[in-house]
Amino acid sequence: MTSVISVESLNKVYKDVVAVNNISFEIKAGHCFGLLGPNGAGKTTTIEIMEGIISASSGRVLYKGKPVDESISQQIGIQFQHTALQDFLTVKETLNLFSSFYQSTIAQDKLVTLCDLDDFLHRDNRLLSGGQRQRLLLALALINDPEIIFLDEPTTGLDPHARRNFWQLIKNIKAQNKTIVLTTHYMDEAEQLCDDVVIMDKGIIIESGTPHHLLTKHFKDIFIYLPICQIPEQLMLEQQWKLQGERVEIASRNVEQTLSLLMKNNVSLEGLHIKSANLDDLFLKLTGHSLVEEDIGAL
Amino acid sequence: MNIKRFLAVFKARNIEFFRDKSSLGWNLFFPVLLLAGFTFIFSGDGQAIYKVGLIDALKNEAVVEQSAFFKTKHIDFIDYKSTDLAHLKLSQHNIDLLVNFKQQKYWVNESSPKSYLIEKVFLAEHRNFKRLLTQGEKIRYVDWVLPGILGMNMMFSCLFGVGYVIVRYRKSSVLKRLKATPLSAFEFVSAQLLSRLFIVMFMTSVVYTGCNLFFDFYMLGSYFDLIVIAILGAFSLISLGLLVASRSKSEELIGGLLNLSSWPMMMLSGVWFSLEGAPQGIKIFADFLPLTHLVAGARKVITEGATLVDISYHVSALLVMSTVFLVVGSYLFSWNTDR
Repeated sequence: MTSVISVESLNKVYKDVVAVNNISFEIKAGHCFGLLGPNGAGKTTTIEIMEGIISASSGRVLYKGKPVDESISQQIGIQFQHTALQDFLTVKETLNLFSSFYQSTIAQDKLVTLCDLDDFLHRDNRLLSGGQRQRLLLALALINDPEIIFLDEPTTGLDPHARRNFWQLIKNIKAQNKTIVLTTHYMDEAEQLCDDVVIMDKGIIIESGTPHHLLTKHFKDIFIYLPICQIPEQLMLEQQWKLQGERVEIASRNVEQTLSLLMKNNVSLEGLHIKSANLDDLFLKLTGHSLVEEDIGAL
Repeated sequence: MNIKRFLAVFKARNIEFFRDKSSLGWNLFFPVLLLAGFTFIFSGDGQAIYKVGLIDALKNEAVVEQSAFFKTKHIDFIDYKSTDLAHLKLSQHNIDLLVNFKQQKYWVNESSPKSYLIEKVFLAEHRNFKRLLTQGEKIRYVDWVLPGILGMNMMFSCLFGVGYVIVRYRKSSVLKRLKATPLSAFEFVSAQLLSRLFIVMFMTSVVYTGCNLFFDFYMLGSYFDLIVIAILGAFSLISLGLLVASRSKSEELIGGLLNLSSWPMMMLSGVWFSLEGAPQGIKIFADFLPLTHLVAGARKVITEGATLVDISYHVSALLVMSTVFLVVGSYLFSWNTDR
């Protein structure tokens, strides 16, 4: 599969802060590509350089082998992380406004159906809920029927139900063979949507690949959790199992064998929880700090 | 310039303005309130400074200097070599009293409350002077102050309506979102400028027409000339608003800058009182303010029946200012997306 975007040795420095530090990657046509990392990792800076919104301190971005120029705005769709819409315009008027900016646009009724805007098409932008607003912003990103769509943290601030609805919209768009570049700090979102991911922290890429490849590369184990009160201390020390709050974390390469061992030692399996490693675990393993801690810290 | 994109932004901005009922209401209500209020209150006794014109005998001559009236505080004395000009100034409220000490005559403008008051002060010492009424057609204070109030309202609408809106758009990333489309800065700025020009002219016309029903304004000149000078003035003020808002993302800063631009105009552009007799430095400074030329031009059309040729100095000044503000504003303009 051919690369549609090439990022080469990209750097962005703000006074004394290095936001992006010499990163390179390729994005294949038709893929959903995820830029993952906590707040302040450099994701938004990277994506905005790719969109041509801000300039790089050094390095370059190539679209189909050519440097970014002004014509790129006709070919890409963008959903920013923080964008206000013009007050007092309805959803339909906002779609009309943005349609007028492009040479060719997608049929409005098709766009309305694709992004599920029908219920609030004549509502004032100021009266939209978070989920409705994000769907409108997605529609604006798709209005010129772009080959490449940039979505910067599109589900931040949405409730779980709205997030899942939004994921389905992105899957529908992906099914149309469009290339999607997505930034997120929700690892479950990346696992659901992305074919390839780059994990960033403090402006550098710390890992890249498909989510499955990265998880199998870094984790051979399945995690089993049991309440601490059910596990004899002697057994825990022998097996070098870790304590995670009120629970014991058992890393196992063979779940069947581990469960047999527990039953042989008369350990009750009540409250048993089994989980595979996810990208959040991977981030924790690679950086020594979790995304959740970063978010709480940021608050 | 893509006309389709330009018209789309122009239309969107107009919809935004006309649907904002509170802002629309205030834009209509404010000038009417000022006209009504200041016509009857401000002109009564609110102003401490009076202007007295002197003809035949100048203020450095002994006959004038010996008069106790000449030493009264808060009165400016202005020499006139032309009697006709002095009478015109009195009839148009630029001065409040005209005195000829050698011939022991004075003239008042009976439609001016200030003329009435200063006459009382004058008569305390000079009871033997002959009282005469101003020659030529008198105008009411409301006719004199009308271009100033409408001009001031236009100034606030142009400066704040453009400056604040652009900074708000920039701060809330509306500009960033627009930048991500093929819309050019020129198309965006032109649409903002012409949208505001349309809004200001529309609102001013509504206010003028509505108030005219009650006040029956004096009008010696042509409405076409008045509209031309109003459009040029508004264009110049909008350009100044664009220049002020060309870069900043801070509403506090832009508020300060807009106040810095508007207050000198409000005080020194002849909105409330004439600059007749003011120090030369103040007059020169006022000449660099677009509102000065808008108000002076409109006032001459209304009260003197001046044509565009007669007020070509003001027309030229507004054209030059608009060009300078637009060129510098376009050069400095930033979507300001780089953090």
